[in-house]
Amino acid sequence: MEAGSIAHQFVQQLINGVSLGSIYALIALGYTMIYGILKLINFAHGDIYMVGAYVGFFATSILKLSFFPALLMAMVVAAVVGMVIERVAYRPLRNSPKIAILITAIGVSLFLEYGGMLLVTPQPRTFPAVFAAELYNFGGIVINSQQIVILAISIALMIILTYVVQKTKAGKAMRAVSFDTDAAKLMGINVDQTISFTFAVGSGLAAAAGVLVGIYYNSIDPLMGIMPGLKAFIAAVLGGIGVIPGAMAGGIILGIIEAMVSGFISSTFRDAAAFGILIIILLFKPSGLMGKNVREKV
Amino acid sequence: MRKGKFAKFASLAVTGLMLMALVSGCSQQTSSDVVKLGANLEMTGNNATFGQSAKNGAELAIEEVNAKGGINGKKLALIVADNKSEAAEAANAMQKLITQDKVVGIIAPIASSSVIAGAQVNQDNKVLAISPTASNPKVTVNPDTGKVRDYLFRAAFIDPFQGSVMANFASKSLNAKTAALYIDNSSDYAKGLAQFFKETFEKNGGKIVAQEAYLAKDTDFKATLTKISSTKPDVIFVPGYYQEVGMIIKQGRELGLNMPVLGGDGWDSAKLPEIAGAKALNNAFFANHYSPDDNSPAIKAFVAAYEKKYGAKPDAFAALSYDATMMVIDAMKRANSFDPVKIKDELAKTKNYAAVSGSITLNETHDAVKSAVIIELKDGKQTFREKINP
Repeated sequence: MEAGSIAHQFVQQLINGVSLGSIYALIALGYTMIYGILKLINFAHGDIYMVGAYVGFFATSILKLSFFPALLMAMVVAAVVGMVIERVAYRPLRNSPKIAILITAIGVSLFLEYGGMLLVTPQPRTFPAVFAAELYNFGGIVINSQQIVILAISIALMIILTYVVQKTKAGKAMRAVSFDTDAAKLMGINVDQTISFTFAVGSGLAAAAGVLVGIYYNSIDPLMGIMPGLKAFIAAVLGGIGVIPGAMAGGIILGIIEAMVSGFISSTFRDAAAFGILIIILLFKPSGLMGKNVREKV
Repeated sequence: MRKGKFAKFASLAVTGLMLMALVSGCSQQTSSDVVKLGANLEMTGNNATFGQSAKNGAELAIEEVNAKGGINGKKLALIVADNKSEAAEAANAMQKLITQDKVVGIIAPIASSSVIAGAQVNQDNKVLAISPTASNPKVTVNPDTGKVRDYLFRAAFIDPFQGSVMANFASKSLNAKTAALYIDNSSDYAKGLAQFFKETFEKNGGKIVAQEAYLAKDTDFKATLTKISSTKPDVIFVPGYYQEVGMIIKQGRELGLNMPVLGGDGWDSAKLPEIAGAKALNNAFFANHYSPDDNSPAIKAFVAAYEKKYGAKPDAFAALSYDATMMVIDAMKRANSFDPVKIKDELAKTKNYAAVSGSITLNETHDAVKSAVIIELKDGKQTFREKINP
């Protein structure tokens, strides 16, 4: 292989990686926000992404909505589902040991997966083509209009999220609860409401990722959330769990690494590489790339 | 209130008893007048369209035989068990059909991995299973001992034949000098097909320039396809099942890989054009067992009967499942018995049986020796390209 072709392939893999990574980033954001505020790894998060994909599917195929209304509807429905899950499954356990909530999260995840199978059948469904995939060819580098849309929407959502977290009152409350729940309560912040809000935002982002994936890959099924859920978890840990910019960076880095590994080493090593990263990060820098080392209070 | 509740309970109990009486009455009847055939099929999951077609084919065969009075005055019934397109479930379903439903023979799963997973159950319980389409050699020959599994059969040709047919098609009809392989690493079928394609293609003087793999349920293939594209192969061989193949072709075409794409009978599904999009399915070819557009009288009659009953064109899974069911029924007639062991002995002797998908002779390894067809996809539509004899 000559040098030109390697460079060419590298750029193409970079594009593939960034579009895959922006999906991971969207899911990872929800993981990280919920962890930041509750110190809970919400294993049901990947399944919320699946719920979002299905709402998007029914909105486009049955209600015949166009792309943006369907995306909005999926985000709203998933936000409600996320809030209900928090209210029903997590809130009653808020003062129980962390492990109890973690196990409940796994239970909720299985409930959504197999309940989904019951409701919508395990058959994979084909997502309707909401907008055509146009190809742009720049001297052999191919970019698909869907990749551009995915990236644009992901970036837009991340900007909105950063604005909400940094500049609004609700965001300020979120940061306060995340920093110190008891102190926030003493300051008159409604902790329950803030946690609900966090779940709503995180779930909405996951649903957006679900719809984008449905359109991009054209196929959805009730177990579609497992793998991306785990990958997003890795992305969140990689970026530093609890840190919002870390989740974005972690997602995109993970996407690029996966693309490079399948492109230059071997396609069979892709998942091994992703989970290898998790192990390496946990061994050498458990706080992640952007996380601060917080010493546990004893 | 209390009385009402009791009355409700009592009536429920009575209904329950009556139901039980009814059920036991039925089962007594079945043991005398009805002979049960099992079908262990992919009714749900990733290969659901295969299982649905196969069930339709088997039902049609049984209906036709029953309409002619059944066998020796006994009617046939089909018991379907869902294996969810998973190998572990296939072994469970096999166990259930044999021990609970007491079937005398089984239409085995479509996917080779699933048949192989359940094979030992058939051997241990001495009930035959015939797969309509499982084409991996290991289905009928145990790779550990090298011996033929007496109770396993197939109505299909095997992967060495299918793989070499596609390799010859690539080098002779498409004049391909280089090929890339993109293999479903979780499937025995795909790995077998790739191996035999490679052998024949290299024997023809061709070169395999890339060999990559994916796993069932993967969704992103672009990174690997980009890598394949840099080796500039004349053709890409993707032996897999329609769910992933559809996405691979879609994503490949989006990356500008416009060379011919080849595959095997795992492509034969109405879902393929839905997933890949009709536009991407040009210049794509796959080997199959039969084509509904073939003009032979047996195929025409079968297609007409199937369309009348189900309102759709039968795919290869429907046709081969029909054939497999008819072969078992033919063996029952020749054995003049419903003893599973005798049926198996007769089935092994099947010779020049006039089936829908051509004349079938089972060889000593229980594989059907018969012709293959190559289907070309044009804007997502299947068209008959050529027929290749063994």
